[in-house]
Amino acid sequence: MSRDTGTDTAGMTFLESTPKKMLNAYLPLGAFLFVLLFPFYWMAITAFKPDNELLSRDGNPFWINSPTLAHVKKLLFDTAYPEWMWNTVVVSVTATFFSLAASVLAAYAIERLRFSGAKQVGLAIFLAYLVPPSILFIPLASVVFQLGLFDTRLALILTYPTFLIPFCTWLLMGYFRSIPFELEECALIDGATRWQILTKIVLPLAVPGLISAGIFAFTLSWNEFIYALTFVSSSEIKTLPVGVVTELVEGDVYHWGSLMAGALFGSLPVAFIYSFFVEYYVSGMTGSVKE
Amino acid sequence: MASVTIQGVKKKFGATDILHGVDIDIADGTFTVLVGPSGCGKSTLLRMIAGLEEITGGEIRIGDKRVNDLPPKERDIAMVFQNYALYPHMTVRDNMAFALMLAKQDKATIDAKVARAAEILALGALLDRYPRQLSGGQRQRVAMGRAIVRDPQVFLFDEPLSNLDAKLRVAMRSEIKELHQRLKTTSIYVTHDQIEAMTMGDKIVVMRDGRIEQTGSPLELYDHPANQFVAGFIGSPSMNFLPGILRRSADGLRVELADGTQLDAPPQSSGVDGQPVIFGTRPEHLTLVPEGAAHGGIPSRVVVMEPSGMDTFVACRHEGVELSAVFRERHDFAPGSTIHLQPDMKTAHLFSVDTGQRLAA
Repeated sequence: MSRDTGTDTAGMTFLESTPKKMLNAYLPLGAFLFVLLFPFYWMAITAFKPDNELLSRDGNPFWINSPTLAHVKKLLFDTAYPEWMWNTVVVSVTATFFSLAASVLAAYAIERLRFSGAKQVGLAIFLAYLVPPSILFIPLASVVFQLGLFDTRLALILTYPTFLIPFCTWLLMGYFRSIPFELEECALIDGATRWQILTKIVLPLAVPGLISAGIFAFTLSWNEFIYALTFVSSSEIKTLPVGVVTELVEGDVYHWGSLMAGALFGSLPVAFIYSFFVEYYVSGMTGSVKE
Repeated sequence: MASVTIQGVKKKFGATDILHGVDIDIADGTFTVLVGPSGCGKSTLLRMIAGLEEITGGEIRIGDKRVNDLPPKERDIAMVFQNYALYPHMTVRDNMAFALMLAKQDKATIDAKVARAAEILALGALLDRYPRQLSGGQRQRVAMGRAIVRDPQVFLFDEPLSNLDAKLRVAMRSEIKELHQRLKTTSIYVTHDQIEAMTMGDKIVVMRDGRIEQTGSPLELYDHPANQFVAGFIGSPSMNFLPGILRRSADGLRVELADGTQLDAPPQSSGVDGQPVIFGTRPEHLTLVPEGAAHGGIPSRVVVMEPSGMDTFVACRHEGVELSAVFRERHDFAPGSTIHLQPDMKTAHLFSVDTGQRLAA
């Protein structure tokens, strides 16, 4: 994205000598990485540790002596884990898709159509995002019941946009604002309709913004817990976060190995998507349209 | 090609009046420049012609069609923006073809039109590049190419050279003028730079505070400004203004400056004896009175000398009033020394102190 990094090096001379480099760059980075990655490491080794090693106080707790796939096997064949995974994918993808489509239209209208009250609408949408789900799930539950959607995937697909749309709209509004107005005026003179301006000019330029909004929305719905816990009760409809917690904790018995295996496999797709789009994602959060 | 008629056009933003009823007749095939200080409403007027701003009052006609309520795409115009407004995600070719594609022209026609515009503007080698890979001047040319391919009735330019460096601006200035001579499309050009206006326009419209101060050919404005504002705005370095009193007697008109200096007044001036006036004379119309000559001219103290090689610019002060003179000859006055400057009576002007209007016969 940045084409002139070459000129930035002048300000980085303090990194030139090796000891200073260690002290100023690698040491803080290392500490940061350790804090971030240690839970992942713990999750991974727990997933492959046999139960006797897990519960024993002897030996090195940070290492596995005889790795096992028993937890993974239990997770995949003795629980409805594959179905939870599938449910989560279906719910996240559809909720993200619909939210993004609605947000693009909302954000563009608020930012560029200049209708009276656009600012207030923008603010109201933002305020809607501030209402915590722990308050909203009670009235939403009643709505879900009355629509006859309780214990269906549709209950989640329709309720997730309540927090996804405000979030994506707000993010996209900022991104659309960074697209020069003249481009749209020029397209207007060139003979484009509003719809053509949106699809041929604004959206291609807003791709980084769309990707970051999409990733955020996808992650939020992937990890969502409280609605999924409240609106769904059958095991085969559950999403990953709820399924793992409700079915792998029996009373006071924690199936740590399978719990961690479930969490590990549940976090991998999100990590994969993040790594794939990281460049767009960063420019979506920070950058604007560059000519 | 078409004429553009602007009649009694008004613009309000909320309670603020931006344009107070503007009338301009733009003949078919001419190059008209709207010029004025920032905030004078010139860009707003251009955007109203383009259809990007609503018209509060009055009427705009392109050809014989009233366009007040037409959307931009139905006005058959093309516009070049100050920051070029090239679509960053499209190649030069696609940028130029965009309008034609929207108009659903067939591919062969589009290719032919783009090729023709590229040839006119020497853009052939750049067609597959993206705007970010172009220099400022090249982007400017692409923006013009985008306007040319559409073969519109009217070209609108909104300060298209402001983002270029000084040298390139001069080059592009003549390129645009040459292009107009070749295509002969009616053009309306907005700028705040009076040199651009003077060098490019067939006709100049000087605007201030939402009103037209004067309309005319460049040299008409230069030689016969309607008022003190136009006189000061057109020309660089700008006209000198000295306050004085008009004296009308049997042997003609004279202006008496504050220190008692008597100057010949332009003989054709109107005005009554004893009327306070502003005496205006351009820097190049001041001549140096030789040392020891009987008749004085305006005694002025030299402040700064600026030799440019071709001519010498002298900034002086007379009774606290800034005065500038330009000489073809090379002079070397010491700062602080006093010189006497004689204005050329035939090219000088008198302006009313109250209204700023030129006191013509």
